[in-house]
Amino acid sequence: MNHLKLIIKREYLTKVKNKSFIIMTFLTPVIMVGVFSLVAYLASINNSTSKEIAILDESGYFSDQFENTENTTYTYLTNQTLEIAKTQSEEQELYGLLYIPKVNNLSELAEQVTFYSEDSPSLSVMNNVEDVIEKEVNILVLKNAGIDAASIQDMRVRVKAHQETYKGQETSELGSIMKLAFGGLAGYLLFMFIIIYGNMIMRSVIEEKTSRIIEVIISSVKPIKLLLGKIIGTSLAGVTQFLMWTILMGVLMTVVPLIFGIDANEMQTPQQQALMQAAGEGGIENGVAQFMMEANNLPLMNLVIMFLLFFIGGYLLYASLYAAIGAAVDSETDTQQFMLPILLPLMLAVYVGIFTVMDNPHGTVAQVFSFIPFTSPVVMLMRIPFGVPIWQQVLSVVILFATFIGTVWFAAKIYRVGILMYGKKASYKELLKWLKY
Amino acid sequence: MDKLLVAQNISKNFGEFQALDDVSIEVPKGSVFGLLGPNGAGKTTLIRIVNQITMPDQGKVFLDGEPLQPNHIQNIGYLPEERGLYKSMKVGEQALYLAQLKGLSKSEAKAKLKYWFDRLDIGDWWNKKIQELSKGMAQKIQFVVTVMHDPKLLIFDEPFSGFDPINANLIKDEILKLRDDGATIIFSTHRMESVEEMCDHIALINRSKKILDGKLIDIKRAYQNNTYDVGLIAANAQEATGLLKDKFSLTPATFKSINDDLKYRIQIAPNASSNELLQYLASLGQVTHFNEVIPTVNDIFIETVNKNN
Repeated sequence: MNHLKLIIKREYLTKVKNKSFIIMTFLTPVIMVGVFSLVAYLASINNSTSKEIAILDESGYFSDQFENTENTTYTYLTNQTLEIAKTQSEEQELYGLLYIPKVNNLSELAEQVTFYSEDSPSLSVMNNVEDVIEKEVNILVLKNAGIDAASIQDMRVRVKAHQETYKGQETSELGSIMKLAFGGLAGYLLFMFIIIYGNMIMRSVIEEKTSRIIEVIISSVKPIKLLLGKIIGTSLAGVTQFLMWTILMGVLMTVVPLIFGIDANEMQTPQQQALMQAAGEGGIENGVAQFMMEANNLPLMNLVIMFLLFFIGGYLLYASLYAAIGAAVDSETDTQQFMLPILLPLMLAVYVGIFTVMDNPHGTVAQVFSFIPFTSPVVMLMRIPFGVPIWQQVLSVVILFATFIGTVWFAAKIYRVGILMYGKKASYKELLKWLKY
Repeated sequence: MDKLLVAQNISKNFGEFQALDDVSIEVPKGSVFGLLGPNGAGKTTLIRIVNQITMPDQGKVFLDGEPLQPNHIQNIGYLPEERGLYKSMKVGEQALYLAQLKGLSKSEAKAKLKYWFDRLDIGDWWNKKIQELSKGMAQKIQFVVTVMHDPKLLIFDEPFSGFDPINANLIKDEILKLRDDGATIIFSTHRMESVEEMCDHIALINRSKKILDGKLIDIKRAYQNNTYDVGLIAANAQEATGLLKDKFSLTPATFKSINDDLKYRIQIAPNASSNELLQYLASLGQVTHFNEVIPTVNDIFIETVNKNN
């Protein structure tokens, strides 16, 4: 039977059957959804305590402008002095007292409104109050100037530029955000995948060294086969885990809010909210339609193919390095000195990706980093949704895979020598020597 | 005699360090071949070259007349000195996996494993994890894993480490039985008494060079030097000692005896016969002990290595 297949099967099964792997597979989505739900739940509790606010309006302009909301009740006080109103409000433990003094002209009013409260009031309450006052004062000012507020409302024009590429393809702000989200997600996914499963490969190599089985194995198979089998087997286990996470998260995300009655809108991340905002004020239905349209506009085939290529290439590139590190050291504590050269380009890729691509997806820095093989998988994946010429994509993939062959050669050399070295503290100098063995 | 394994002029360098320098060995079919040498002499490197774990810089290796090639791995069983098993894997699964890596089909592997597990009386360990077994128990599994694919050539590097005397004996008997069944065995160890007991050929490697090899019995003959341990009860001990001293080179000997006798180690001239010595001794008193001193592998090892250094 084919050795490679046997090795992949064993690596996969031992990973998948491992208890901590199983626990993590099921626990992670539960924890994530749990934290989301908890945050949403706590936020809703936080808002649900109702606030009573007393209003002492001496100006007479605001007799009915303040409307009670779900969380806030307004009570109008009449025929009281400010001092009495303050003591009363404090005794009744009201949330606050809004004092609007009598003024001669409206511009003074804007500066003399005072809000009294126990502690400093919450931002949302103040915004609300200020909004109401502003709106009313605005109308009054206009009225005084002899302008009808309603006609002003009608005259207001909202500018929404129509975006289109030279080739006639429509673009939009929503599209840009979606592209960013897509690229960011792909890049981040790859980043996480490399770190989690690269480490797993490294540990598995170290385990074979510390359990001393390695020499038994490589008297039967070539080290390079063991190396490849390990990388592929672990990756398959990783893909399995990722799929399980996605499915479980999806299920939990739909089930949990239903059970606990949490409003799904409160669980939205800021990005999603931004997306909704960009979708315009045309209502959810319109937003969804636009969303679908934009999704159609993305170069989906291109994205999927390139995602797979860059994901596989980038992952294998780093995985082989992780395996080499595992072979070079005797225990996990010794890996520190070698981790930095791996993590540095990865972090760089993510940050360069986020900051330069967001700003200008085709800027010089973004372009250069999308060709350097150690950063290209992340950066190029972020750029592609914005439209990258095919020759650039292909060139980048070719460079990536050529480098991958180089790193596998390098890793295999280190691996072949390293797995049989015990007790020798590996230094960079030592590793260079191993390359010549 | 037919040679199963021939290594010709093997050299291997690791950077500046020369691990093997022009080493040749020939392992006859059906023999137990002792590969001896001090720590760091290059034995393990040579063994790894035979197992195709390391490639030689120079030299060739032939297995059964053919130049060594990847599929020869199936004909070799190797028990390395640094050995172990996957700790969290079950015994049976693990043995099956390793057997399949050696080229057995799953059903063949199952049958072979059943035979060996029954033979060593370890059948009920099948579903245990290695980490639940003692070191000695794990070593037994390791032995089974090494021999289960019926290799022509078996290489054992310190096979008895980790075994108690009873199990060491059991494994020794199994190794000899494998030889009787036609396998050839290369045996690397520092336990000279087991070399004495089991090997019929040896090669001695020191500082990356082979300094001695051949049939054990021939080597011993070459190192024998007409020396005899003698026990004597003489009426006049002083006189007898004096007379012997005049005739032969004489050193005190230490051997166990229940008599209160004189103990000598006597070396006679190369052309002299032991009978002459015996007759002379008989004339001096009662001979209680007469034994030719045959050099032990231990003596040969120490002497040769020291001379070489």
